[in-house]
Amino acid sequence: MSTSHVISSARTTGESGGKILRYTLGERVHHWLGALFYTYCLITGLAFWSPYMFWLAAIVGGGPTARFWHPWFGVAFTLSLGWMYKMWRGDLAATDADRGWSKAIEHYIKNDDEKLPPVGRFNYGQKLFFWLMFFGVILLLISGLGLWFVESIPWSLRWLRYLAVTVHVVAAMATIGAFIIHIYMSVFMEPESFQAMIHGRVPGAWARTYHRLWYEQVTKDKSAK
Amino acid sequence: MSQATLAVRRISGHAGAAPGDDVERDYQVCKLVDTTTCIGCKACEVACLEWNGYTFTDTVFDNSYQTMPETTWNYWNLIKFNEHEREDGSITLLMRKDQCMHCADPGCLAACPADGAIVQYTNGIVDFQQQNCIGCGYCVSGCPFDIPKFNPKTKKMFKCTLCVDRVSEGLEPACIKSCPTGCLHFGTKEDMLDLAETRAKQLRENYGIEKAGVYDPAGVGGTGVIYVLHDVTNPEAYGGLPKDPSIPWVVKFWKGPAKWIGNLAMLGGILGVTLHYLRYGPKEVHDNDKDAKNGNGGKP
Repeated sequence: MSTSHVISSARTTGESGGKILRYTLGERVHHWLGALFYTYCLITGLAFWSPYMFWLAAIVGGGPTARFWHPWFGVAFTLSLGWMYKMWRGDLAATDADRGWSKAIEHYIKNDDEKLPPVGRFNYGQKLFFWLMFFGVILLLISGLGLWFVESIPWSLRWLRYLAVTVHVVAAMATIGAFIIHIYMSVFMEPESFQAMIHGRVPGAWARTYHRLWYEQVTKDKSAK
Repeated sequence: MSQATLAVRRISGHAGAAPGDDVERDYQVCKLVDTTTCIGCKACEVACLEWNGYTFTDTVFDNSYQTMPETTWNYWNLIKFNEHEREDGSITLLMRKDQCMHCADPGCLAACPADGAIVQYTNGIVDFQQQNCIGCGYCVSGCPFDIPKFNPKTKKMFKCTLCVDRVSEGLEPACIKSCPTGCLHFGTKEDMLDLAETRAKQLRENYGIEKAGVYDPAGVGGTGVIYVLHDVTNPEAYGGLPKDPSIPWVVKFWKGPAKWIGNLAMLGGILGVTLHYLRYGPKEVHDNDKDAKNGNGGKP
């Protein structure tokens, strides 16, 4: 493992042992802000979800406090996802490379990564995760407003109250499923990507293995300078 | 009636059984509202405010006797007026005292996520415990009668308590005490049903009001407030009294099967990734492309 102090510029060559900037400071800050907002909503949301998890409210200040902040953190998470969209939208559209990758996803699951076609900065799974969270949070925000201001929905339109509950639960469950996989992939399955989200850099070999098209692009940009 | 009737039978948002879960007592309390003798004087509204310590709020004029459209967090008892057109074209003024119905199967309690924020005593009274309320408003979605209301200042939910404090001391609720026509009665559920049926029979047989009957909806297991109506087939005419109320099926599903489906799905997800880790382990970089720095693009 090389040490990062040998790197002076933000983007280095991809030489073996060197490191490549994967996430800028701004990207990392926004990611962790989003993580904070989502985790808060997750803990408080689970507390409201089941009596057997209501104790979770205690660790964030008790039921009324959790109830007060849950919607505001939800709004904050929506804004932070909007910012992530602004930062990453260029890297998040599905490409032909992704379609080939997704057909061979079995190899990814079985850790036979050398059999996968090369992909860009994000693979198809990461893109799916982003879009699931993106559309999930739109549904959560809209339905959440219905739960937040439930008395503003007139009695004659009370089916909207019930719809809001349903949409909020289903969308929350979908994001929780994605969240479990996201944590598992980034912390346990590819620990380098967790380090990248903290320090910003990944080893060149890692980039070549998992995001070759992106690796080629950033190293070409560098050598062109 | 004694303090013993205040044993708790059900608790909202509670993991496990409540202390009085299997207790059945004879003294289910009940209010009987005879709409056929109500004169719409609103004495019960005043008594409710007085006893519970609330002041009058601004009223609105909408060309009728209706002083405000619905109950509010600090106005638990409201007469609903409806100028009803009979089949022969004549007009009658239907008046119904609207308040919490104290359902045997309370939707508010089913929907509530906060441990102990809503309780049902063994005497049948459904009561909000504001010290445990988190102000989420789920009870609003659970109630089939649109009763729980939010106080934006304290961020707690409020509704009629059936004067549980008076009842526990052997007194009748304040609204009952104030009624000048005797259209309000209070007693055990059994006695009130008996009285209501007698009155309905009287209306049918002595007054020719053929559709007179008792409103005690079975969809919520019966209620702690029952009505004698001139036309029991059309309760909607009495300020929107639902014909066949029940806990909304979405709320039942949300608080029932959805819990277990969701919890199993979340556990399944965690179990799934754990098994995957045990089977395949973390990804390792097998970099057989040490020449990448020469810029050949590193075709394997």
